Amino acid sequence: MAVDLSVVFCGVKFENPFVLAAAPSTDNADMVARGFEAGWAGAILKTTSVESEVVSLAYPMMVGLDIDARRLVALENIDLISGRHIDEVEKDVRRLKKDFPKKVVAASIMGGKKEHWEELVRRLEAAGVDLIECSFSCPHGMPEKGMGSAVGQSPELTEKTARWVKDAAKRVPVIIKLTPQIADIAAAAEAVKRSGADGVTAINTVKGLMGVDLDTFVPYPNVGGHSTYGGISGPAIKPVALRCVAEIARRVSIPISATGGVTTWRDAAEFLLLGARTVQVCTEVMRHGFGVIEDLTDGLANYLEDKGFASVEEIIGKALPHVVEHSQLPRDGKVRAHVDPEKCIRCGVCYVACRDGGHQAIEFGPDRLARVDEEKCVGCGFCPTTCPVADCLTLGPASAGKGRAAS
Amino acid sequence: MTERVTRDVSVGLLPHQAAAEAGRCLYCYDAPCVKGCPAGVDVPAFIRKVGSGNWRGAARVIREANVFGGTCALVCPTEELCEKECSSRLLGGPISIGALQRLAWERGTAGGVKAGAGRGAGADLGADAGGTAAGKRAAIVGAGPAGLSAAWELRSRGWDVTIYEATDKPGGQLDWTIPSYRLPPEVVAAEVGAIVATGMKLRTGVRVGREAAEGLLAENDAVILATGLGGGRASGAPGEGRPGVVKAEEFLARARQGRSTRVTGTADTGGDLAGKRVAVVGGGNTAMDAAVTAARGRATRVTVLYRRTAREMPAWPREYRGALAAGTEFLWLVQPVAFEGAGAADGAVKAVRCVRMALGAPDASGRAAPRPIPGSEFTIEADLVVMALGQGSNQEIVEAFGLAADKAGRPVVDPSGRAQVSAGALPAGHVLKAKVFVAGDLGNGGATVVRAVAEGKRAARAAAGELERLAPREEAGSNGC
Repeated sequence: MAVDLSVVFCGVKFENPFVLAAAPSTDNADMVARGFEAGWAGAILKTTSVESEVVSLAYPMMVGLDIDARRLVALENIDLISGRHIDEVEKDVRRLKKDFPKKVVAASIMGGKKEHWEELVRRLEAAGVDLIECSFSCPHGMPEKGMGSAVGQSPELTEKTARWVKDAAKRVPVIIKLTPQIADIAAAAEAVKRSGADGVTAINTVKGLMGVDLDTFVPYPNVGGHSTYGGISGPAIKPVALRCVAEIARRVSIPISATGGVTTWRDAAEFLLLGARTVQVCTEVMRHGFGVIEDLTDGLANYLEDKGFASVEEIIGKALPHVVEHSQLPRDGKVRAHVDPEKCIRCGVCYVACRDGGHQAIEFGPDRLARVDEEKCVGCGFCPTTCPVADCLTLGPASAGKGRAAS
Repeated sequence: MTERVTRDVSVGLLPHQAAAEAGRCLYCYDAPCVKGCPAGVDVPAFIRKVGSGNWRGAARVIREANVFGGTCALVCPTEELCEKECSSRLLGGPISIGALQRLAWERGTAGGVKAGAGRGAGADLGADAGGTAAGKRAAIVGAGPAGLSAAWELRSRGWDVTIYEATDKPGGQLDWTIPSYRLPPEVVAAEVGAIVATGMKLRTGVRVGREAAEGLLAENDAVILATGLGGGRASGAPGEGRPGVVKAEEFLARARQGRSTRVTGTADTGGDLAGKRVAVVGGGNTAMDAAVTAARGRATRVTVLYRRTAREMPAWPREYRGALAAGTEFLWLVQPVAFEGAGAADGAVKAVRCVRMALGAPDASGRAAPRPIPGSEFTIEADLVVMALGQGSNQEIVEAFGLAADKAGRPVVDPSGRAQVSAGALPAGHVLKAKVFVAGDLGNGGATVVRAVAEGKRAARAAAGELERLAPREEAGSNGC
């Protein structure tokens, strides 16, 4: 592999951009050790707290979303921070740093007051941690105690709390994990920047409610006949996470660790192109194991090589110049839908979609071949999303002499 | 009638179909499909890469276990191997692993995408696999899939490798008896070419006899024997020497070399099979290939004669179905007793005299033993009789190398494929330097291409002292991702 996958994030060198997110997969040193052996560059140990913090878990705490036969399009959890307090986590940090000196051992922390944050930082630094992530973003359970996303939803509280942590940290970079449950996530990142903290992680889970049992009327997950809102992760939240990363990257000069719906190296590459320097993964690791790192690194390296890049650093932020406000989008150069008659399987799905969701621009005759009327087609882009065949229904310039743009 | 056969090399999966198929893979822990693959291809790992669009990575995973990944994607009986074990067979049906492998190979290897579906795409093996740094020499006898697989493994470890091939070109069975409608010659040429181009010496037209064997045993660190079997068996029935009675291996080779679905220009059939009646004797996969090839050659009528029933027939169900689809008729519980012709004993065959059989107690193979029913003889007309009775052991090579052999004449080998060379194999003054291994049909009596490739790999790794790494599970990793 000739490509250099390493990145530097907040002054810390990662052998590749892939980091295990603070989650069940990083809740003890044995699991993290297996992750490191599989090839992960770093791990953020599951969020810990001072010994006096009571962590009262409710079970079951997870439920998945299926769409047709596709399982786990999204995962909801009502898990809380780790039941393992700082006394155990500092031991894990020592062991992991000793056994894996080249890997990045990070810890995630959450405190109820200034003294707790300071104590957590002091003890983790003493244990030799490489990076500290602060969760200002857990959307369930913690906000009721004034923690988690209760902090992250207020730029003022974010700045104040981040400053406590940053001031306490003598040696180790501090990053703040942000919540998408906020009107302007870039404002939260700006608050982090003002605090002096070193970077941000975007995003924590998206608050949601996964569904309702139609027989018992109890929403999922059913905890003794009741349920509550949870945090949604998995492939479904990737667009939200990409948007958040782009908004932060465009407005704030601060290192970003991206997370939210990363399943393949393609997802990871998208986050890097939008300005992230590292990519955290959780749900896909929980589902298919630490071994998913193999195709993440192999696929990313092959992609970079195919595109003529020598390192990950070269692609970071490369998509950002193409992100503008809606008013800045060009209005000329109309496109039209085109059907490849060789590929069309005569299903008529695009016909219905354009008829009832578009501009009645697709004709469907007795031969069942979809034909686009370029006078009526405005190039809205909906029909290609419905076509079951790759590269059959595409957008392109209007045929010569056809279409409104040409008339 | 030729177009009724559905097993031709077709377009294969389109990328979006592959994505949908890959999306069904469960990525099983300790994946059963990997255990079903003789070469131990890490199936979930390559499917994951197909799903992520990492085509080169997918091809690499396949190649690391099977240097004939493209050939095997076309000829592997996947429903008998990996797909038979697939956990998804209990859901909507097994994942189409063979089809995914084919697309991964075509898109992920050098020139594969440009070459397009059904075209050849050799592995990205590099021009030369790295000098002769190992300071070791190997002689490979036989340039079929087993021999070439062994040769590639040793070349990639820096061995000095020489292959001795009896025919005029490398490829072995791949370019000999496998019908071209299943395995196009350009696929074989590309894969074989990529392997040979890694810096090995290839000596074609060389039959290794006793004297040459002595030299190889004395001068090499390893000798890997991968010659294949000794040719088609005869029935012993009177008239078998008549023109028009041919062995299946010869018939299929002629058809393949003609690059035509017809058997043309042969003296004993009068050329094209149009208007001819063909009888195929035997019930194995080779018999099915011969029957389909004859049907595609426009024979008027193709009849398979088998002495047991469909239940005992060794041909795989898919091959049987293929022969039926080609319009072949089957006569069960029938055995030829004489091949009859017009006039003299050397006159061309005109008919097969048969006897009906009854099944009795199980024989050594565990199948019911057929016994002739006295007085049940009858005759069927035939202009061409193809004898597909399996191939006998290769006595020539066993004797040349002085190998210990079992009752069936097959070399005795240990689990790594290592053979025993008898003390008298070398004349006085010669020192037995080489470790001798057997790979492919020569040792296993005739099996799949993928098994030959796996045995070649196994022998090479054993020769290189890596025996401990041979278990497919260990090679493949735990769950492939």
